[in-house]
Amino acid sequence: MSYRGFEPVIGIEIHVQLSTKTKIFSADATTFDAADNENTSPISVGMPGSLPVVNRKAIEYSIKTGLALGCEIRRKSVFARKNYFYPDSPKGYQISQYDQPICEKGQIVFKVDGVEKVIGITRAHMEEDAGKSNHLGDYTLINYNRAGIPLLEIVSEPDIRTPAEAAEYGRTIHQIVRYLDVCDGNLEEGSLRCDCNVSVRKVGAAQFGTKVELKNINSFRFVEKAIEYEIERQIDAIERGEKIIQETRLWDPDKNRTFSMRTKEDAQDYRYFPDPDLLPVIVSDELVEKIRKDLPELPIARAKRFQTEHGLPESDALVLTTEKPLADFYEATAQESKNYKSSANWIMTELLRELNTTNKKIKDSPIRPEQLGKMIALIDKGTISGKIAKTVFQEMWQSGKEPETIIKEKGLVQVSDPAAIEKIVDEVLAANAQNVEDHKSGKKKNLLGFFVGAVMKASKGQANPDLVNKILLEKLK
Amino acid sequence: MIDKKAIEHIAKLARLSITEEEAHEYSAQLGKALSHFELIAKINTDGIEPLVTPTEIESFWREDVVKQEFTAEEMTANAPAKAGNLFKVPPVV
Amino acid sequence: MDLTFASITDIADAVKSKKVSAKEVAEHFQKRIASLDGKLNSFTSKNEQAIKEAENLDARISKGEEVGLLAGVPFGIKEMFCTKGLATTAGSKILENFIPPYDATVVARLKKAGIVVMGKLNQDEFAMGSSNETSFYGAVKNPWNLDCVPGGSSGGSAAAQAARLVAGTLGTDTGGSIRQPASFCGIVGVKPTYGRVSRYGIIAYASSLDQAGPMVSNVKDAALTMEVMSGFDEFDGTTTKKPVPAWSKNLKADVKGMKIGLMKEYMSGGLHPDVQKTVENSVDSLKKMGAEIVEVSVPMTEYAVPVYYLIAASEASSNLARYDGVKYGYRADFKNLSAVDLEEFYGKTRGEGFGKEVKRRIMLGTYCLSSGYYDAYYNKAGQVRRLIMNQYLEAFKKCDVILSPVTTAPAFKVHERISDPLTMYLNDIFTTSTNLAGLPGMSVPFGMSQDGLPIGIQLTASHFEEQKMLDVGYALESASSVKGAKPHVI
Repeated sequence: MSYRGFEPVIGIEIHVQLSTKTKIFSADATTFDAADNENTSPISVGMPGSLPVVNRKAIEYSIKTGLALGCEIRRKSVFARKNYFYPDSPKGYQISQYDQPICEKGQIVFKVDGVEKVIGITRAHMEEDAGKSNHLGDYTLINYNRAGIPLLEIVSEPDIRTPAEAAEYGRTIHQIVRYLDVCDGNLEEGSLRCDCNVSVRKVGAAQFGTKVELKNINSFRFVEKAIEYEIERQIDAIERGEKIIQETRLWDPDKNRTFSMRTKEDAQDYRYFPDPDLLPVIVSDELVEKIRKDLPELPIARAKRFQTEHGLPESDALVLTTEKPLADFYEATAQESKNYKSSANWIMTELLRELNTTNKKIKDSPIRPEQLGKMIALIDKGTISGKIAKTVFQEMWQSGKEPETIIKEKGLVQVSDPAAIEKIVDEVLAANAQNVEDHKSGKKKNLLGFFVGAVMKASKGQANPDLVNKILLEKLK
Repeated sequence: MIDKKAIEHIAKLARLSITEEEAHEYSAQLGKALSHFELIAKINTDGIEPLVTPTEIESFWREDVVKQEFTAEEMTANAPAKAGNLFKVPPVV
Repeated sequence: MDLTFASITDIADAVKSKKVSAKEVAEHFQKRIASLDGKLNSFTSKNEQAIKEAENLDARISKGEEVGLLAGVPFGIKEMFCTKGLATTAGSKILENFIPPYDATVVARLKKAGIVVMGKLNQDEFAMGSSNETSFYGAVKNPWNLDCVPGGSSGGSAAAQAARLVAGTLGTDTGGSIRQPASFCGIVGVKPTYGRVSRYGIIAYASSLDQAGPMVSNVKDAALTMEVMSGFDEFDGTTTKKPVPAWSKNLKADVKGMKIGLMKEYMSGGLHPDVQKTVENSVDSLKKMGAEIVEVSVPMTEYAVPVYYLIAASEASSNLARYDGVKYGYRADFKNLSAVDLEEFYGKTRGEGFGKEVKRRIMLGTYCLSSGYYDAYYNKAGQVRRLIMNQYLEAFKKCDVILSPVTTAPAFKVHERISDPLTMYLNDIFTTSTNLAGLPGMSVPFGMSQDGLPIGIQLTASHFEEQKMLDVGYALESASSVKGAKPHVI
């Protein structure tokens, strides 16, 4: 894609907060809603003498994510100190991984406008989050509850070429870490934060332009907008004959623009060196293989399987695999119903609509997948009609009762006895003699629908519609 | 000797306000110490992995179990300035 | 019972068997501190609760409760160790008024074993010094000669122990900070193998070199104290899970058949004649006791001092970054916080809060790690460090314990060397390589200078071989001609 003869070059760093119960180097809780400095200890406040001890789960989650991103897992990775002074950094350094990160050389695949895109993952490394600063004009207040929450920083290759690709890359990473259950994915709470490196160059140029870093964007829509804005801004500047300055800019969602962070342009010198308080992280082949074995099926593979094995159309497969709990719900439903397409339809229309209107998550659905599956099986068996099923569905949503119970309690069983239906048909025809006449004479066209409706109504919707049709056709000959 | 500009740069990186006099003194002292320490430059260390932890210690990874042993009050009790249980610093933006 | 000169074991036994109460012991030493420390300045602060804590212990004993190995033993703790509720300053202005909410693991272990903390002991600021002259809380004097330094950085511990103001003390050793003052003050000081003792709660100077250890009156007390201090700690990922041997029980003065290595590099010239003589005497004693003397060589030790300072200063520059006036400790006085620029906030706080020597080392370390210099200094030093360790491990294939001087000369005069950092640094020539290689090392008193200053012998063993070293120390102690010598201040 070309912008006025320029090509954007984009790389993204995503900080993923790992959803461990404790911090990466201390046993403090990681809850989001804790009171001021409640989730702290001498370690996370950087008290004299305190030492970091690494959290096993943080390492395992990092390996899990690395494997899902197709990365090589370093058998020996090293924590280093990144030295800089800032009040939200309690020790005066951040423990991070530098030249020996735990994950390297991966890639992810996703589609943008139907076209497959492969983006390389340079590395993913573990580090600790900083505290939070609350700026109040005359002073700033510091809370270290967040300090030490484990982050996995996933760094992409500069393979991204459009704002849409960037956003989709972000969504894909988001989807993967949610699938892996290593991150709660809560963008508003900052569980996943994007920094985008954007530069532009003349189409065909071999060298990259000067890159600008867009920091801390917390929605993928904003990623797209911010990059879009930044590309235009950079091209405008170049066309005016200005030079792009290497800087960090922030996205202002209210004004729809990026603005420069006022930084004293001292080249940063982080003085990285291996942290002597932490031994190198030595990972055994056994551990990697164990984690690999336990990896869940990832969205792309799962969507593919839904298409090839379940015969679902691509669009259904993609919708159902957006989130792991949804895909799990679908599979459980289909297993019970033995009807893939019908399960997909019921979930994508009825269930998702109800969840949306009530603002519920799939895990909070009052209908369990087994119940929905049973209901679909009952339709297929002819016990209830599709129409009745909607009533059953509503009742299940309200009461959480089993479909059979609802059908029994409400007497919703479909009537499939031809004699019984014939009786109702006769009554309806008798009550509508004029219409029968008009139909037969051809005076009014196609009154069949009217009669079916009337019979269904007379049967309180319980008559088997196929039989109703068949009997009506015979009687109206 | 390490020149004064380098000393000032290092002091800035280390966030140490130093006086002219101190800068002068450090420039001479650090220069002298470093030129002595440069003795090691002549040692052949090709292919040698730098040593950090000098003894063999089995790695230990903590289990992911919460232990909340301190209150926010205890953690902020030594703060030079605070507001509630938050640390108070100059405006940073 | 003469409490002043009683060993740790004797005091604990007496307290446990109610021959003397913990309270009486604490009061005895409290009086000594009050009457003598004015001359020494070894204490930075006293524990106001000491007597009460001793009484609590007595109450537990009279109820028949199980109390630990060190019941009622009065201890002094170096300012590097965090002590819950007791000011912990690292000898620095930047930590004045800092009251830790927690105990260092070793302090907690000693307390659990029954010690009574009498107070905190003076030291060089952040353990950076060899003379205890860099403390913000004033220089410490050597009890053997008040014009001399006690050594450093654990100078307060050495002086307080030598003057018997307590029955035991704790020190830390990054490049000799336990062994050198122990030698200068005529006490026993042990630096265990790196990883043997938890560093949790001990203020960090150089994390890959720091180890805590006992500074006490005799080898057996040292072994016993170490037993209580040592072992895996889930709060320090650099502690070993290796079991802690019963060093004090296993202790034997029998060196028959043991191979004592004399390091060629440490024996050639430059030694003060009294030190030279003391080393020769110690070798003769061991020979007489049946040890075999072998010559070993660790040529790379020539570079130990540069490597030590490059690494220690680099790590320190980062370890000391947390002292920033935000969370605890000193903050420069700003009239109007809202008008203060962050860089000025840090610079002024740290510029005023740290003393000269500390700033010098922070500057050195920052320089070594900075862009463009990392490879030539920090990284290169790490490589040479490995060579030094490898050569030591080779040497220990030929001997059990290496014997050497601790320093080139006995304690020097106050102010004699403080003005010339490099000369002061070179003072650490025999002690730093032990830390670089992670080896256990100790100083045992064995001689006396013409001027009446104690001279120690340094013993070093291979990783986690403390027992061999302690046994040789025990043998030397038993053969020592200076056993029972007392500094004239007492």
